[in-house]
Amino acid sequence: MTAAKKQQIAFLIIRTLSILVVGILFVILGFIIIRGIGVINWDFISKMPEEGMLEGGILPAIIGTLYLIAGSILFAFPIGVMSGIYMNEYLKDGPAKRFVRLMTDNLAGVPSIVFGLFGMALFVNKLKFGDSLLAGSLTLGLLALPVIIRTTEEALKAIDDTYRHASYAMGASKLHTIKKIILPAAFPNIITGLILSIGRVSGETAPILFTVAAYFLPRLPHSMFDQAMALPYHLYVLATSGTDIDKARPIAYGTALILIIIVLICNLMANLIRKIQRK
Amino acid sequence: MSNIIETQHVDFYYGNFKALRNINIDIPEKAVTAFIGPSGCGKSTLLRLYNRMNDLVDGAKLEGKILIDGEDIYDKKIIVEELRKKVGMVFQKPNPFPKSIFENVAYGLKVQGMKNKTELENRVEDALKKAALWEEVQAVLDKSALQLSGGQQQRLCIARCLAINPEIILMDEPASALDPISTAKIEELILQLKDRYTIVIVTHNMQQAVRVSSKTAFFYLGELVEFNDTNIIFENPERIETRNYVTGKFG
Repeated sequence: MTAAKKQQIAFLIIRTLSILVVGILFVILGFIIIRGIGVINWDFISKMPEEGMLEGGILPAIIGTLYLIAGSILFAFPIGVMSGIYMNEYLKDGPAKRFVRLMTDNLAGVPSIVFGLFGMALFVNKLKFGDSLLAGSLTLGLLALPVIIRTTEEALKAIDDTYRHASYAMGASKLHTIKKIILPAAFPNIITGLILSIGRVSGETAPILFTVAAYFLPRLPHSMFDQAMALPYHLYVLATSGTDIDKARPIAYGTALILIIIVLICNLMANLIRKIQRK
Repeated sequence: MSNIIETQHVDFYYGNFKALRNINIDIPEKAVTAFIGPSGCGKSTLLRLYNRMNDLVDGAKLEGKILIDGEDIYDKKIIVEELRKKVGMVFQKPNPFPKSIFENVAYGLKVQGMKNKTELENRVEDALKKAALWEEVQAVLDKSALQLSGGQQQRLCIARCLAINPEIILMDEPASALDPISTAKIEELILQLKDRYTIVIVTHNMQQAVRVSSKTAFFYLGELVEFNDTNIIFENPERIETRNYVTGKFG
């Protein structure tokens, strides 16, 4: 076989597989849109659930999920970014750095249900937050931490040392250099980490199962020590329990669609921040 | 002509590797001094000792003394940030920050805490004029510095350095990544600056050393072989190694 022929076949395989992957994504999206779009209207996103969740809307679950995203990111983003800065800018290469990196990588691989159990043990019981938005946000934040730390570290590592040297040569301190040169340059990639973790946080069910999620709570949470409904858990409930599962099915798809839309909007917002920052 | 930098018995190590051996060289004030020599001879290492950029290298160790304006710059009470305001540096590869042209030049001033907008604007304009870049960029100060050509970027880096009014400017092969026309502009600029600043330039281009410098130091294998007026180094050196190098017999 000629080299040109081999190349053609290789690219054919690569292209087919890529199309397949994108295709599957579109099939899933299309499936959910077709099944879910029917139930979505203003009432669906603005009303409390009624009649064993078969009527009314899913407002508390939407609000709950938004609170959880905001709470977990508010907790995990600053800590994660600062840890990433410490890892890349301060900690020298050596056993300590390798150990921390190994641990963060392992943390990223821990099943989310384990985070859920840990969150229940620490935040709900030990710290006595109870089943609450606070406990749920912190648990989800822990889940998001490794992703934010590693993407921040990689983003900083990608910044050429010549920038650092130029800044030091101007008489700038290390802190000033990080603040004014390194972080702004790394910002777009750090935001990518944020987007990834928002996606993960908003969709997780296991970590909120024992820490915040309410089965049925037709009111909005009063404070961060209040329980709340959340979209992924609501979806699980609709799909597995309830009085009339067949009747609940379209509502489940509608809920899934709303969840996807929320993640999409978060991503768009993060991209917007990235664009503004770049200017 | 008095000497602004005095290098006394300097040995320098990267870990176990001895990069400089017993260097003694005094750099004259408000003149251009060129460091030449084959790759790995230690000339860039010595240059980076003058603004303590080698502090960033793990396992670097200095023995001997370096005095600038009579002050030991490796003394414990020296604040390295202050030293670098006095001793500016232009690097081999143009390295403007990924910011606007204005912000690049204003950076060092802002580091020093200058906030007044008019003052900043005046100083930026002044620095760009000194670096012979003002005419080309005055209409596009808000544009990203990365959109400039390589030669313009390097002149911007020189402007950035000039903005904070250093006494000494260290140039580490400032034109080696540039085309001949940009190189000529940089050299012209160096000649314009030499009456006001002390310039130390590392270069691989011997014609460049002849064109811009009044004194030249030849380094080989971590040692200073010969240091003298540039025309003597190139026309009538004392040492055979220097003669071989400047006539292109090795290196």
